Amino acid sequence: MIKLTNVHKSFGEQKVLNGLNLSVPEGVITAVIGPSGEGKSVLLKHIIGLLQPDAGTIEVDGESMLGLRRSQLNRIREKFGMLFQNAALFDSMSVFENVAFPLQEKTRLSRDEIRRTVLDALEAVGLKNVESKYPDELSGGMKKRVGLARAVVMSPKIILFDEPTTGLDPVIKRAIHQLIRDTHEKYGFTAVIVSHEIPEIFDIAHHVAMLYRGEILQHGTPADIQNSTHPVVRQFISGSLDGPIPYGATT
Amino acid sequence: MSTALQAIGRIGIGFIRELGRLGWFIIYAFYMVVRRPGAPRHILKQMRFIGTKSLFVIFLTAAFTGMVLGLQGYYTLAKFGSEGMLGTAVALSLIRELGPVLSALMVTGRAGSAITAEIGIMRISEQIDALETMALDPFKYLVTPKFIAAMLALPLLCAIFDVVGIYGGWLVGVKLLGVNPGAYFYEMEKAVVWRDIYSGIAKSFSFGIIIAWIGCYKGYFAGHGAEGVSRATTESVVMTSVLILVWDYFLTSVLL
Repeated sequence: MIKLTNVHKSFGEQKVLNGLNLSVPEGVITAVIGPSGEGKSVLLKHIIGLLQPDAGTIEVDGESMLGLRRSQLNRIREKFGMLFQNAALFDSMSVFENVAFPLQEKTRLSRDEIRRTVLDALEAVGLKNVESKYPDELSGGMKKRVGLARAVVMSPKIILFDEPTTGLDPVIKRAIHQLIRDTHEKYGFTAVIVSHEIPEIFDIAHHVAMLYRGEILQHGTPADIQNSTHPVVRQFISGSLDGPIPYGATT
Repeated sequence: MSTALQAIGRIGIGFIRELGRLGWFIIYAFYMVVRRPGAPRHILKQMRFIGTKSLFVIFLTAAFTGMVLGLQGYYTLAKFGSEGMLGTAVALSLIRELGPVLSALMVTGRAGSAITAEIGIMRISEQIDALETMALDPFKYLVTPKFIAAMLALPLLCAIFDVVGIYGGWLVGVKLLGVNPGAYFYEMEKAVVWRDIYSGIAKSFSFGIIIAWIGCYKGYFAGHGAEGVSRATTESVVMTSVLILVWDYFLTSVLL
């Protein structure tokens, strides 16, 4: 269970998170939706301890993420996997080396066991015969798949997805969403997905939270959000230009 | 008036913060060198990059530096009828000063800039964040191996620079200008003492630390986008080169 309470974060004069409260239930897929530039990625970076809040508390399984030494923070981070927006693959390593890297560094598995685990993870994300390719030889969709394989290979309890389908064509988008759902069913992790893919995200999420102006405006089941009468939520999910969301806050 | 004071204050605070970060960076890097130096394969890879791949440029610059020293030294010493001292002049200039400084400046241009660009690109493409999210310390993979490799490679490159430079001076002085070959090496052997060699090695060891320190630091805190990495790379080369020359002066005044 991840719990953020009254989290504030500013970068210089710009207030990004403004008293944000969010509880992420265990074992389900939670989607955080909202216009671009509203701090969704900043929220994920707080959850995994890449950023520290100016005020408020963040807890993972009852343990605070704040004021920890690196070793203490890393102990909690071992519960996590993360798929970055641009996959963040190590560009000087092959696909195999990318996925094998956490296993080589954090486990005592033999070379054969690592090979088997990596190939299984790559197969789980629908990739075959790409082990020796380098990230710059892969398409955007393939990079995301490799990133997902790297995120699941240590069987983490929680996986954070930062806009996993941004910049992909509709078919690949659907395939990645399907993949997230399938891997979730297979591995049973808690997922937090930051996305503005409306309405597709409602098909894979069990729980949806709408982030606007640094706060969670509304949260509930996908049906709750889809049937919301809140004007901001309504405008965002309908993609209308008329409403309280100014153009400047959307892409 | 208050705006000008605010601007000065802002620059002052920025400068002090930068110094603090630089200080923290090198302390943490040495802590990691001692506590978790990283896998030998990472260190060997960096040794190859910083050391082996710099050999060509070191050979080339050392040969021509030695040759020009031979040429200049010969015509200066000839005025006093002391051409026999050419070997001593070339060797002492190289071993004490030019070998460590020029080899460090060459490595700064070749490897220091590449270190900053590599780490900077990893920073802006979130690869460093990816390491953090895997509960791995980026210093162990990106910084520590480069520190160890630079500390080991620079003295070796300096030694190679010295030897190649001495033979460059020999080629011009002895083979082209007719200095007695026996005098060239005999006078050198008489004049060069262990302290000269030791001070050259100590200098290049400390220059290795400076190259890794500034190269890694500038990349680790590179700004946004391609422009941020490009600025960081330029700043890294300029700052490293200046620091090498300033540090060289202070070290020389202590070691002389």
